Amino acid sequence: MLKYLIEKEFKQMLRNPFIPRLILLFPLMVILVFPWAANQEITNINVDVVDNDHSAYSNRLTGKIAASKYFNLVAVSSANEEALGNIESETADVVFEIRPDFEKDLVGRGVSEVMISVNAVNIMKGNLGSNYMTAIIRDFADEIRNELQISTGTEWFRQAGNTALPVIQVIPQGKFNTFLDYKVFMIPALLVILLTLICGFLPALNIVNEKEIGTIEQINVTPVGKFSFILAKLIPYWAVGLVVFTVFISLAALIYGLIPQGNLFTLYFSASIYILVVSGLGLVISNHSSTLQQAMFVLFFFLIILIMISGLFTPIASMPQWAQNFSRCNPLRYFIEIMRMVYLKGSDIANLEAQLMTLSVFALILNGWAILSYRKSS
Amino acid sequence: MKTISQFLAFVKKEFYHIFRDTRTMLIIIGIPVIQILIIGFAISTEVKNVKIAVYDPSNDISTQKIINRLSSSDHFLFVQHLKSTEEVEGVFKKGKIGMAIIFGSNFNEHLLHTGEASVQLIADATDPNQGLVATVYASSIIADYQQELMQALEIPIQIIPEIRMLYNPEMRSAYNFVPGLMGMIFMLICAMMTSVAIVREKETGTMEVLLTSPVKPIYIIISKMVPYFIISWFIFIIILLMSVFVLKVPVSGSLLWLNVFTLIFIVVALSLGLFISTMVNTQVAAILFSGMGLIMPVMIFSGFIFPIESMPKILQYFSCIIPARWFISGARKLMIEDVEVRYVLKEMFILTGMAIGILVVSLKNFKTRLE
Amino acid sequence: MSIVIETQELTKKFGAFTAVDHISFSVEKGEIFGFLGANGAGKTTAMRMLCGLSKPTSGKGFVAGYNIEKESEMVKKNIGYMSQKFSLYEDLKVWENIRLYAGIYGVDGKLIPRKTDETLSKIGLSGEKNSMVKELPLGWKQKLAFSVAILHEPRIVFLDEPTGGVDPITRRQFWEMIYEATERGITVFVTTHYMDEAEYCSRVSIMVDGRIDALDTPHNLRTQFSAQNMDEVFRRLARKAKRMDT
Repeated sequence: MLKYLIEKEFKQMLRNPFIPRLILLFPLMVILVFPWAANQEITNINVDVVDNDHSAYSNRLTGKIAASKYFNLVAVSSANEEALGNIESETADVVFEIRPDFEKDLVGRGVSEVMISVNAVNIMKGNLGSNYMTAIIRDFADEIRNELQISTGTEWFRQAGNTALPVIQVIPQGKFNTFLDYKVFMIPALLVILLTLICGFLPALNIVNEKEIGTIEQINVTPVGKFSFILAKLIPYWAVGLVVFTVFISLAALIYGLIPQGNLFTLYFSASIYILVVSGLGLVISNHSSTLQQAMFVLFFFLIILIMISGLFTPIASMPQWAQNFSRCNPLRYFIEIMRMVYLKGSDIANLEAQLMTLSVFALILNGWAILSYRKSS
Repeated sequence: MKTISQFLAFVKKEFYHIFRDTRTMLIIIGIPVIQILIIGFAISTEVKNVKIAVYDPSNDISTQKIINRLSSSDHFLFVQHLKSTEEVEGVFKKGKIGMAIIFGSNFNEHLLHTGEASVQLIADATDPNQGLVATVYASSIIADYQQELMQALEIPIQIIPEIRMLYNPEMRSAYNFVPGLMGMIFMLICAMMTSVAIVREKETGTMEVLLTSPVKPIYIIISKMVPYFIISWFIFIIILLMSVFVLKVPVSGSLLWLNVFTLIFIVVALSLGLFISTMVNTQVAAILFSGMGLIMPVMIFSGFIFPIESMPKILQYFSCIIPARWFISGARKLMIEDVEVRYVLKEMFILTGMAIGILVVSLKNFKTRLE
Repeated sequence: MSIVIETQELTKKFGAFTAVDHISFSVEKGEIFGFLGANGAGKTTAMRMLCGLSKPTSGKGFVAGYNIEKESEMVKKNIGYMSQKFSLYEDLKVWENIRLYAGIYGVDGKLIPRKTDETLSKIGLSGEKNSMVKELPLGWKQKLAFSVAILHEPRIVFLDEPTGGVDPITRRQFWEMIYEATERGITVFVTTHYMDEAEYCSRVSIMVDGRIDALDTPHNLRTQFSAQNMDEVFRRLARKAKRMDT
């Protein structure tokens, strides 16, 4: 009996004017275009320098900012108001103001103040901007000090044993993604969204569509069991999911040379479970909806929230505690963790036991629910 | 005159239709409101609570002070001491920490006398951004310590920066995300609502009946959009109120212009739904287009999460066709930055152009389909 | 003669609205039982309960000897159903629909192709075996739906307005198919709007406002209401209806 139901689902899917193309073209578009755009790296922070000093030092400092790889000097304004106007029109992100007597104070008093104003609407950019700027200023101070050191010499060096200034050398190193390539980080995540959308939307629309068209009546009046019915709905999407998955990871390897550090079996094993989870969610929604419109809105509601609170775009650690707890009930979170760990860290099934167990529990609950909530009579 | 009263009669009929279905109504209004509330509170791109492990063979006053400073900042969370550098690999693989800090031996000694003290920061760069930002933060905390040391020693040549965080002094993520979320969710919901509502009538055949009435097809189509326009505006008002009172996002700009600007954007999104409805014949296809198909492009190309300026030039041009991109940039300026309207004229013109363009194309499309 | 359908005080309420109001009747094996009533009288609801698609609010019903509430899956094994709204898959081919339902009812996979050809030649659609169902004219679709409903030789077949919107010639052919099914021992339970069709039934019940107001052979009903034809009988009864025509 199951065989005939599955056969029917496949025929309908392949004959649909839209779905087969979607299954092939959607992953293609996503892998070709999106990794280039899905980039949170903050490069080229635009700076506007207001130089009220016009001294040799202030010129040098401006030059140093312009030469930095983090900053893009967009303007040298003569007045602070003008520079703030540039922030309002978003031509500048940071305004760096050098006071009059900057050089005089520095040489005379040994201390000089500068002002950094950043647009902090985007806090990441604001923070990075101010941190980078502070680092440049420190560097600059060190340079000047070193130049003057030879001629002056200070109290510090006259003390016994002190041969150099107290400098801490910081050696940064990135692990697992040594080229700091954002694409490598985002491609596994894009695959997760893609699978979630395709394997969530298609089943969610399926049963409720049969309800709207009326074909489900004819099935409900037959002795088809709930279990066979749901299984027949599930298996085709499972196959679709694995096709999409295969297309995507092959293209990722071909185009970006992105080969998972871990093994393929781990990837496929996890994906097989995950697809069941999302398809199960879709079927549950489909069962509880009476119109396509309802199913669409409800699924949309859940998917957006699940995607946003999954650690996909923003780190889970940065969320407030309640949201972190909530994300524990989010299957996407676990699958994203798995994908990134397998792709970038080479983790294997043993490392991923906790995540895989949780996903399996989700799959069981959701699909069990889908079977129970399918009503053959009202 | 007659056309106007006919048109109004149609609008009324559409209203009855929508309001009678209370369940769908509640869903439509509830969804964006709850989504924005939850997500607005939850997400933040700020790097916080990065778990750190420390290898500290020196264990002296300087290393102690640095570790204290790191763990007392919001950005870092001290989790464990490492016994040897060999342990680093293991803790990273298990995903236990985001950064390892390796001090050299005799740190304080070296710092004070030879100036050769070194500290190594190893960040988990699986997320390159997180890794980089965490490194920058840690470096700057260490540099602050060094700076203070120098100040205490009265070393000359100090430049002391005074930092002002404009528009968002408390550094709250919601400021950045609320306009972004609004742009994304509005665009998707409006497109879904209209495309499905119209295609549904096509599918059930009621559209045929309407079109045989003496009213021009254009008015029929527009009359279908009016209720959704009003519902969307209503949703916008709720979201605005919630942003201000619940999420504490200030609306510092002109309310009037913010409303005008949003209404233009709503028209764009509704027309987009109309456009999709002229392209497809089944509800399923309409949903796959407007729901599933639009989610990813809008999420990624609207500048909501990924800054447009970090994209390659060609994709920056591509992002120009995403209406939400213009809404988000304009709404950020109007809501948060309190700028004058002239700074958002560009966005306003582009969105108006889009609205007219899409509306004209889809009405034409619709007409040719009928003939 | 044995009884294949029996109801006792069968009732269905939707909130405050009583769609089917304590109906009791029985149908014997081999009968063509006509189930008449104005729109909204409760015919479809009653039929859906008998098919196990809808749970009764109160009362009992037995179809093929099984309790419709507690043993609905057993009921489903023994019945065929053709709903008011065409409900075969339009995006499948004619033979694919037959294959699906044959498979669901457990027809041996090897026998399905032969069964398909037999069924199609019987309804004169052999040439349309490979056509998509959505391309067929309505009358052909209805014939196909009927033959799918009796494909597994059920004991009873429920037909909900099977000839609605169909041309007179096809209607005629349709009734021939119904007679042929009864000859094979299938009991037919049919709702209809056409009073001439009511004359073809062995017995007819007329529903008004959720209750059965009359039940007898067409001949007896005409005598009872001293009417020329079933149309007149129906109009006399339907005039009493209080419910709005929906």
